Amino acid sequence: MNTSIITYVGGRAVPVRGDDIDTDRIIPARYLRTLTFEDLGTHAFEDDRAQGKHAFDEPRFQGSAILLANRNFGCGSSREHAPQALMRWGIRAFVAESFAEIFFGNCVALGLPCFTAPGPELARLMDSVEAAPLQKLGLDVERQLLSWKGGETAIALPEGARRQFLEGTWDALGQLLEAPDLIRATAERLPYLNDFAAAT
Amino acid sequence: MAKNLFDKVWEAHSVRQLPSGQTQLFIGLHLVHEVTSPQAFGMLRDRSLQVMFPQRTFATADHIVPTAQLARPFADQLAEQMMVEIEKNASQFSIPFFGLGDQRQGIVHVIGPELGLTQPGMTIACGDSHTSTHGAFGAIAFGIGTSQVRDVLASQCLTMGRPKVRRIEVSGRLARGVYAKDLILAIIGKLGVKGGVGYAYEYGGEVVDRMGMEERMSLCNMSIEGGARVGYVNPDQITFDYLRGRPYAPQGEAFERAVSWWRSLASGPDAAYDDRVQLDGGAIAPTLTWGINPGQTLSVEGEIPSPDAFPADERAGIQEALDYMDFKPGQKIAGTPIDVAFIGSCTNGRLTDLREAARVARGRRVKPGVKALVVPGSQQVRRAAEAEGLHQIFTEAGFEWRGAGCSMCLAMNPDKLQGRQLCASSSNRNFKGRQGSPTGRTLLMSPAMVAAAAVTGAVADVRGLL
Repeated sequence: MNTSIITYVGGRAVPVRGDDIDTDRIIPARYLRTLTFEDLGTHAFEDDRAQGKHAFDEPRFQGSAILLANRNFGCGSSREHAPQALMRWGIRAFVAESFAEIFFGNCVALGLPCFTAPGPELARLMDSVEAAPLQKLGLDVERQLLSWKGGETAIALPEGARRQFLEGTWDALGQLLEAPDLIRATAERLPYLNDFAAAT
Repeated sequence: MAKNLFDKVWEAHSVRQLPSGQTQLFIGLHLVHEVTSPQAFGMLRDRSLQVMFPQRTFATADHIVPTAQLARPFADQLAEQMMVEIEKNASQFSIPFFGLGDQRQGIVHVIGPELGLTQPGMTIACGDSHTSTHGAFGAIAFGIGTSQVRDVLASQCLTMGRPKVRRIEVSGRLARGVYAKDLILAIIGKLGVKGGVGYAYEYGGEVVDRMGMEERMSLCNMSIEGGARVGYVNPDQITFDYLRGRPYAPQGEAFERAVSWWRSLASGPDAAYDDRVQLDGGAIAPTLTWGINPGQTLSVEGEIPSPDAFPADERAGIQEALDYMDFKPGQKIAGTPIDVAFIGSCTNGRLTDLREAARVARGRRVKPGVKALVVPGSQQVRRAAEAEGLHQIFTEAGFEWRGAGCSMCLAMNPDKLQGRQLCASSSNRNFKGRQGSPTGRTLLMSPAMVAAAAVTGAVADVRGLL
């Protein structure tokens, strides 16, 4: 049995409002001077939090497993330290109107599904979670459905990533190493790896 | 349907289709730096894996290196630890490492091209989002996270979904004092910071065809700021002439065979794209950012916008940017006093960037009270600039002339803003806190515009100083 298979993520949610929240804000660059990812959780959104009221500091949102966001969440730097910090704070999945591409891919590599939902749905969800923070949300990877206090709402995960979670191949290395002969065959066909001898 | 370059290069590197529908993509060149690699090498050790193609892996140190006081051990103990770690990893896994003691050291996206490592038709990956820079050579080049760095080290492959391709055609001619940096800022301003998500950008048209390699690199560098992980330019004679004779480029007859293959990669005139956008290059004025993301741009002649000019659901974000930057709607951007001027970064730290900035700085003085620094993108750029006397032009004008590294782009080394300082910067991100102070403020612009701001003490139209 593949214990990496992810079909469902459940838990309470924390809303982090605002478009274009970039990875420098998620984890400031000074915390990238590290050899491990271990201590990053306490530094998530540190500089935003220092500016005043932030959802990550509110007692009602402590222990949340699902982060709700608006547009283009995780834009900017490719630092995997960003989803690592959020994961170590406790987040296990994201629901947003849209994600930046590298951030999305880094989350897949860590087993953290990033679902999208339309803007009006996110607004309703965020309002509901702020009013009733103890509610439990359920994210179904197979059916692409979010269950919450207000009922059920359709959420989306791109098909490739969705199948990686359902197959347990989101931690890609094992699968990538399954076919070493094919890897070497590809290398042997590439002109720039063969002194351009095979070039037409 | 005729193929574009992306199609040809992607298909040449496809190892196999995976059950998920994604591709196992072979990575032809893997560039490594000290910040995003330690944990990846650690994961290899944990799983008793080796680097599969050490001969296709090259490392340098750029993000945490100081650009002044380079003596080891560094004053910053964490930075010193990271240097020791990459030295150890490179040695243990037999990877060439261009460290501070090596003349070839510099910003990873500057040294790859100048050493001839970056070539048309490759797939190139690095744990850094500005890897898109290398697309200037007609490569598929993109940034990856640390777990993906691990994947490339161990298997020379990645699991990737195939993006669509958008052709961005720029016609006409850029005006004097308008550069590739202004063009890419104009493109991001037009298409938005997430306009390119799910796309690779192919840049072309008369304006791009006319650009030298360094301008093409500036253009491709900021593709990711527009959401496009990949951005590229078709290879042509300008590309081949740049590569001829470089240390890692093919030599002799192999070079001629290479040129033949490289030519065949370019998108044909009948190539198909998923989307097309047109821009008039002649209509672009010197462009800069005013806000807290690279899409918040305006012309140097322009005024700070009002939230009312935006759709209702964007107004709160615009107000947040205005408040953070301390700007008022209707305020003219020209004449805004600056505290710091930074010329450098993987976007604009190359020789032609320094030449253009020096043209503005020559015979003028940095305004008293402005801290101005010039950081060459690599030791090789530094030597070349000194051979032309550019360093004297800068120091006589009152700029600091530094060693090579990422410097003030990103807050990981001693070069940082203090407090609410406003910086005219040739880098690529103006996010809150990006340049090292949680309340620091950034205006992105071309290196010539940074020099103009430095000698004026305020945002100034560089066209008046040329």
